[in-house]
Amino acid sequence: MTAITTEPPVIRRPWYGSALRFARRQPLGTFGLIIVVVTAIAGLSAEWIAPYNPTANDFAAMTEPPSAAHWLGTDQFGRDLLSRIIYGARTALIIGFVSAFVGGFAGLVLGVGSAYFGGWIDLVLQRVMDILMAFPLIIMALAVVAIFGTGVQNVIAAITIPLIPRCARVVRASAMAIREVPYIDAARTSGFSHPRIILRHMVPNVVAPFLIMLTAFVGQAILAEASLSYLGLGVQEPVPAWGLMLQGGAEEYASTAPWIAVFPGLAIALTVFGFSLFGDALRDAIDPKLRER
Amino acid sequence: MNAPIKWLATGLSMALTAALVATPALGETPKRGGILTYMIPADAPPSLDGHKENTFATLHATAPFYSTLIAVNPENPSSTTDFVCDLCTEMPKPTDDGKTYTFKIRKDVKFHDGTPLTAADVAKNWQYIINPPEGVSSARESYMVMVDKVENPDPETVIFKLKFATSAFIPALADPFAYIYKKDQLEKDPRWFEKNIMGSGPFKFVSYETGQSMKGERNPDYYHKGQPYLDGFVAIFAAKQSVRVDAIRADRAATEFRGMPPSARDQLVKELGDKVTVQTSDWNCVNLITPNQKRKPFDDVRVRRALALAIDKWKGAPALSKIATVHTVGGLVFPGSSMAPTKEEMEKMVGYWPDIEKSRAEARKLLKEAGAEGLKFELMNRNVDQPYKFIGTWAIDEWSKIGLQVTQKVLPTGPFYDALRNGTFDVTVEFNCQNVVNPVLDVAKVLPKSVYPENYGGYEDPKLIELYNAMLHETDPAQQRIKMRALEVYALDTQVNTIMTPWWNRILVQRSYLKGWKISPSHYLNLNLANVWLDK
Repeated sequence: MTAITTEPPVIRRPWYGSALRFARRQPLGTFGLIIVVVTAIAGLSAEWIAPYNPTANDFAAMTEPPSAAHWLGTDQFGRDLLSRIIYGARTALIIGFVSAFVGGFAGLVLGVGSAYFGGWIDLVLQRVMDILMAFPLIIMALAVVAIFGTGVQNVIAAITIPLIPRCARVVRASAMAIREVPYIDAARTSGFSHPRIILRHMVPNVVAPFLIMLTAFVGQAILAEASLSYLGLGVQEPVPAWGLMLQGGAEEYASTAPWIAVFPGLAIALTVFGFSLFGDALRDAIDPKLRER
Repeated sequence: MNAPIKWLATGLSMALTAALVATPALGETPKRGGILTYMIPADAPPSLDGHKENTFATLHATAPFYSTLIAVNPENPSSTTDFVCDLCTEMPKPTDDGKTYTFKIRKDVKFHDGTPLTAADVAKNWQYIINPPEGVSSARESYMVMVDKVENPDPETVIFKLKFATSAFIPALADPFAYIYKKDQLEKDPRWFEKNIMGSGPFKFVSYETGQSMKGERNPDYYHKGQPYLDGFVAIFAAKQSVRVDAIRADRAATEFRGMPPSARDQLVKELGDKVTVQTSDWNCVNLITPNQKRKPFDDVRVRRALALAIDKWKGAPALSKIATVHTVGGLVFPGSSMAPTKEEMEKMVGYWPDIEKSRAEARKLLKEAGAEGLKFELMNRNVDQPYKFIGTWAIDEWSKIGLQVTQKVLPTGPFYDALRNGTFDVTVEFNCQNVVNPVLDVAKVLPKSVYPENYGGYEDPKLIELYNAMLHETDPAQQRIKMRALEVYALDTQVNTIMTPWWNRILVQRSYLKGWKISPSHYLNLNLANVWLDK
């Protein structure tokens, strides 16, 4: 006797199928993703693709306009702007990703924990979050830098801290809804530990809004880094960083050598724009309410 | 032409050029009237008291209200030796083997409240400046170490008795901060002048809006007859350079009196053409790169020598002068001074060798010997663009050429000074900025902290103090110059206590209708505006 299986055959779609579908449905998001990917490749492979040493002064080539030798021109120290922008992508992405991920994950833990435990833990955590969120991101970051000083690590800390409550607040809202569903009660009555319930049953259900927020955070963090550097409170010369390049060129060379400020400004704007477009598209793709629109 | 004469000639010609640039065409008669508006590149000064403060923000706002005993010649301020009477009647010849100076005071001077100014006022002010009473601070106390006492035998005479004869006395006496306040008020409340103004200068106080503006009007009773030419002035505080450049571009201000970077000069000249004039001068200010000898490995002279040897000043100075307010390679002494080293003398010291490849090879060898190859350290700097950050960025690139890995830590002014005073840095960019060119006193910056409180190198060195004192007490100019060289070689070459960077370059862009004002080697000098007029 032959057994008849009733299970439908598993159709395995090629990996690029999802990507193509995403590209078809979210052309702007795809454009954003391309910007992000190009920026990431530039940052990761700076040593190989940058035509010049980004910190080497060349007094024979000071404030040269864009040319065949220097595609984006040179700055006041004769440093190649294209090379500095390529290396600057690394600085932006390191600070952007580290701040966003650390701030995001800390916010995720605090948000889910706050929702799950409720009671006085929730009350205290949320009031602390309220206090932190009362300050705009850049003001909070300025305060942190003023206390701890400048430098890459301190800038990361300065941007990470204000991102934590923003993430925690959103994650908590999603987690509050999940806390009430029967399978969480079932897990509790089955005697599962708190970490297991949080990590296996709650966190996976808030990952979608979390990931969307993470992409927005990277863009915000890059912008905050550029703002701090522009104010002279971020990373310091001779580290190639877009905000710092803008600061060095905008005021003194706006009329005599505008390329010094224009290209780093464009790099900042394009990258933040790319993360923003990609984040929006990701939200549309993940959110079931928006998916079929 | 031998080297010293050649350098002296170069210095004189530079001074002459600066003077000629600024001198109104012969036959120009000053016109009376008009209000001069100028920018002060700072926020509000900490106080209005010249005796207490060191900042140009105080001086640029208040100098037009006050008189001083003597001053640099306002018609020849680029000279480092031309001093004239302001309140006195004649520059005195020293007596008692150069240890006594007797000044006769003018009889026609009145304070702005109408009361007469006498020698008693002058003497009391100098007594307070040299020996401030308890609770009163004097920023210039240390400049007057040579003065034993100030006497006032009659209403027209002030006598300065010195502990030892020195050429440093007259330049120190021409300090532009040494305002002559009213004696009665000074004795009643020495701190009154921190918030109030009452002098005898060419302009009378009208109003002060903290951090915004200072206004003055012509003093009709001014003792230099015919002056001032202006009806008044408005000084506007604006810390941001773009604001100041915009103000001059739009003719909302005629100038500023500190200094602008080359990019601002180029921009204004390009846009305004002959509507502006440019005056430039070597500036009695210099950034120093000072290792903290209390920290390893900077206590090792080989490491300090390597830091100096890596920097190519001869190539760096002309390049930096295009983007920053620096210009001239020099030693410890202001380059325009007769006490300054010649190029040949400098080229014998580390950090000045003409062959930079040989210099850097020696630096690498010294680092290897000291076990400091590939040394990583932090260069502390002040959050001021011109020229601090330019100097820092340049030095870091130069050091990278001998394998050093240096990062820059930029601090706002308050924390920067805290770190300097607490010694919490590896190597720092700092500065030595003086007003009247007075090499004998100006070089005291390299003396240990126990002698000169604003030294941050963290070293004590009796030999350095001995060399300095020998030079300070020498009255023969030729011998004094030789002793200055010995001090310089010891501080910059033997011990490398600090590394000189190119001396600053003062660039001023002014509306062409502003006449009579001449540039000097210091942004602290020639600011009472008595001889300034508007050709409108």
